[in-house]
Amino acid sequence: MMPELGKYAGAVLGSYAVSIALIVVVVGWSLWRAAKVRRALAVVEARAGASRNG
Amino acid sequence: MSLWEYSNPQKFMQLSRWALPWVAGVSVLCLVGGLIWGFFGTPDDYKQGSTVKIIYLHVPAAMMAINAWVMMLIASLVWLIRRHHVSALAAKAAAPVGLTFTLIALGTGALWGQPMWGTWWAWDPRLTSFLILALFYLGYIALWQAVDDPDTAADLTGVLCIVGSVFALLSRYAVNFWNQGLHQGASLSLDKKENVADVFWFPLLVCIAGFVLMFVALVLLRTRTEIRLRRMNALLARERMG
Repeated sequence: MMPELGKYAGAVLGSYAVSIALIVVVVGWSLWRAAKVRRALAVVEARAGASRNG
Repeated sequence: MSLWEYSNPQKFMQLSRWALPWVAGVSVLCLVGGLIWGFFGTPDDYKQGSTVKIIYLHVPAAMMAINAWVMMLIASLVWLIRRHHVSALAAKAAAPVGLTFTLIALGTGALWGQPMWGTWWAWDPRLTSFLILALFYLGYIALWQAVDDPDTAADLTGVLCIVGSVFALLSRYAVNFWNQGLHQGASLSLDKKENVADVFWFPLLVCIAGFVLMFVALVLLRTRTEIRLRRMNALLARERMG
């Protein structure tokens, strides 16, 4: 149930929208970059292990 | 066991792998719970009407914008004095998170200021020092990107962080020793008369806890990424050499 925000609805909802969007961007970017670097490191480590073993 | 043991990347990775899901989980619970409580479960303020609901985002974000810089300052000093790589990487990891909080504080402040003060922006001491803090965050991130050698980048950004701390402190205390400007004094106080009313205070505390834990979770995640990146670059350099 939506609270009655009256004439300030734009300011209140805008604040929540801007903040949630920025949080989603920084969390999403951090997770995406973490996964990308983890995969890249696994490839390089596998290559380094292979060259050490043979 | 000494705290310095966690400056060993392997120890840090072990600890953070265990801590990260817990910190992230509690952060989501606090943030979602606090924002729902604040948005749906609290009344309008007698002066500010429904805009008081912005407090649950604006105050925690502003607090964490400053505290993130303080954390970066401590980590930079540890790097400059003791040369622990994890601390330099933690400072680097924290900067985009701190910038995000600064932008949230500036954005929600403008949206709150327009109906309350009749203007989106004023060159008031606290607002101006916050804008300069945002520029310092941008400069800090750009400097890490601009310098190829990671140790030199950590040295230079460490010095920049010390200089920027002046503005981090100003953004907190500017209203105390300059003229008041448009921005009110601190919303949170140990003095019950000055502190916000309990009905707003308790959900605000939950939101602050959510922002603090979100910062910790993101810094842990991003520091782990930086440590992996550093190891990958070392392996690639070894490959190139032979």
